[in-house]
Amino acid sequence: MIKQNLNFSSLFKKTGIFSMILFVTSLFLIFYKGLNYGIDFKGGTLIEIRIEDKNINISEIRSSFSKLQLGDVNIKEFGKKRDFLIKVEQKDNKNELIKLVKDNLNKDLQTEINFRRVENVGPKVSQELLESGLIAIALSLSAMLFYIWVRFEWQFSVGSIIALVHDVIITVGIFSLLSFEINLSIIAAVLTIVGYSMNDTVVIYDRIRENLSKYSKMNINEIANLSINETLSRTVITSVTTLLALLSIFILGGEILRGFSFAMILGVIVGTYSSIFVASPLLKYLKVTSKTMDKSEEKILP
Amino acid sequence: MLSFSKIKVVFIYIFFIFISLFAFLNLQNENNSVLNKKVNLGLDLQGGSYLLLEIDTEPLIKERIQSKVVPLKKLLNKNNFSYTNFSISSNKISFNFNDKDIKKFEKIFFSEKDNILNSYISKYNNFELDFKLVNDSVEIFFSKFGILNLNNLALSQSIEIVRRRIDDTGTKEPTILQRGDKRILVELPGIKDPERIKNLLGKTAQLNFRLVSDEKSEFGFDELISDKGEKLIVNKRIIFSGENLVDAQPRMDNQTNQPIVSFTLDRLGSQRFGKSTLNNVGKRIAIVLDNQIISAPSIREPITGGSGIISGDFSFQEATDLALLLRSGALPTPIEIVEERTVGPDLGQDSINSGTISLIIGFALVILFMIFKYRIFGLIANFALIANLLMLVGILTILEATLTLPGIAGIILTVGMAVDANVLIFERIKEELKTEKSLIHAFDSGYKRAKITVLDANITTLIAAVILFIFGSGPVKGFAVTLGIGILTTLYSAYFIARHLTSIIILNNKNERINL
Repeated sequence: MIKQNLNFSSLFKKTGIFSMILFVTSLFLIFYKGLNYGIDFKGGTLIEIRIEDKNINISEIRSSFSKLQLGDVNIKEFGKKRDFLIKVEQKDNKNELIKLVKDNLNKDLQTEINFRRVENVGPKVSQELLESGLIAIALSLSAMLFYIWVRFEWQFSVGSIIALVHDVIITVGIFSLLSFEINLSIIAAVLTIVGYSMNDTVVIYDRIRENLSKYSKMNINEIANLSINETLSRTVITSVTTLLALLSIFILGGEILRGFSFAMILGVIVGTYSSIFVASPLLKYLKVTSKTMDKSEEKILP
Repeated sequence: MLSFSKIKVVFIYIFFIFISLFAFLNLQNENNSVLNKKVNLGLDLQGGSYLLLEIDTEPLIKERIQSKVVPLKKLLNKNNFSYTNFSISSNKISFNFNDKDIKKFEKIFFSEKDNILNSYISKYNNFELDFKLVNDSVEIFFSKFGILNLNNLALSQSIEIVRRRIDDTGTKEPTILQRGDKRILVELPGIKDPERIKNLLGKTAQLNFRLVSDEKSEFGFDELISDKGEKLIVNKRIIFSGENLVDAQPRMDNQTNQPIVSFTLDRLGSQRFGKSTLNNVGKRIAIVLDNQIISAPSIREPITGGSGIISGDFSFQEATDLALLLRSGALPTPIEIVEERTVGPDLGQDSINSGTISLIIGFALVILFMIFKYRIFGLIANFALIANLLMLVGILTILEATLTLPGIAGIILTVGMAVDANVLIFERIKEELKTEKSLIHAFDSGYKRAKITVLDANITTLIAAVILFIFGSGPVKGFAVTLGIGILTTLYSAYFIARHLTSIIILNNKNERINL
């Protein structure tokens, strides 16, 4: 099904430049355009309502809110069943806000309103959630670095971390480009991407390590190419099954999981790409040769 | 590697069946008295309200600093210290002091015996108060340990009172837990509208009865606005406070047909109430709740029976809530709701439905793909996948873990990623078959060689899951749990179950070509 003699190493230069451009663009986007933080990280109130009454439209909900003068209020309609998502950005945490909004809507619309979801995150909590999310990502990267360093040589550890940072930055860069909302579940998605991408890189690195001691005459790019080809069908199959599962969540899993599954789909694609086109070519620049492995032959066995 | 001893095989399947059986406990409707274990549904799936409360200790510290003024002055006067410029701020008392006396003052300030001012906290081996010299003035403030002690007492007391208030509303199975050193987590499953509970928790409910004076007395007074809008001068001296109440109930007043709250006092409270009302017939008494006057009735006759009523412009619900607040007692500090998440029951049900559908479809797609790709071995991988899922749910049941919507996503992701272990192994075997003539050897070394990779690859995901579990909150934690347990069950099902099934097929088809 899959040809196993593709010449990946000939693409390494081009993909290297491609990755650099993506990486720099992503950093640029993240710093200049910024990220669209949801209420988890910015604080504020989110209200999801369902109004079955067909006479009510979004502008009536808007005008009901504009009277309250709550500052930045974002209202959008979604789903088939007339669901509305309302986001109120408000700096100071007022506990009465929700009651005020509820009473006001009930009074203005004069119809049955089903309050399906109400979330309110105060500024102190949102700051903490953001901090702990960033700490979690940094910590998982360091834990991976350490694990690979213990299991492989340091060059592999550096290579895999560069690939991981590449994945995280580019994925977040795409979030920024699309003004994609960043909330708690996106942090979970990014961490899972880190795990998945590492998983993918490890499989290829394992094979590179094995081939390095098997074919001491080949140069590292040839070895990388051979190893990528040997593991290619596994790489493809696993990405396909993972993507099948994720697509199923993305399409059928409902509004709440949509952002999470989209982030994961993006991450799986970027992660698979980086194992082949970032992690593997880097080994050449990290001066990995068959000699690198000589002194650590015993490390291969657990 | 291919040969399994019989005992091993029996053990592998007994363990698998044992764990999997727990998964089926979730299907029973009624509570089983023998084995009542179930996966709990998170608030995002069953609907309910999550509140994070934070205590604010600043007013408490201010109050405590003020309460130190009298003992401090007593102590200074008793020892004939001279001091000037005595002043109190929100967190310290300062005064000018003669330098010569400072050694003596320090000795008295930190004496462990009969210290009326500064008590020793044996738990921390430290005094609650500390002082420092700034220029010529002494500043007295709560030490780090004193603040910690106040904070911890206030937090545990607040948890107790929050629990009483919530229990009193009749909420079923609430969860009330301490979070960190200032916060209380409250989970109210099945609550659709938490406004009433939020309202009850937002009030400190410090009640006191004080006399209304005609003129500003020198003993201290507050100017408060009454319920009818008049400005009243209220004596600082408290006749009795909420602590003296033994019971409070909502009633309907027979004469006015208005809702009221009737209360019963303890002995001390009723003595004081009796004495005060006896001496002040004709005057007005202010009923003050959280520094607001509820009502200020006139005293018509002495009340010595130890009970009374609070009237005001209440609805019956308000009277019920006021009685509830009075029964549960006052919070030591104000409480702020710093985070709230409420999910209605129908959204929860929608989430369960869409989660289940995407799980079934995702599962079916993966299974079909594996059969298409690996035929008979695809079936093995699929059987391992089903075993994997059953064990995953079984372990979640044994742990009585909480399943959240992201948790369901974690299960689906496990389905997608779990086949990886078998794919790695099968692909390796395929490669071995190119050079190795003997089928058995090819399978043997395939499993052996892939083992390191499978372990490395899964441990990296496990690391991510563990970190997510430590740092994640609420629903995200549920994701980390299913993802992490999913990795363990994946390894078990690939290396024991799938490997055993593969070995059976290989041993039965020793001489034929096997199509991988």
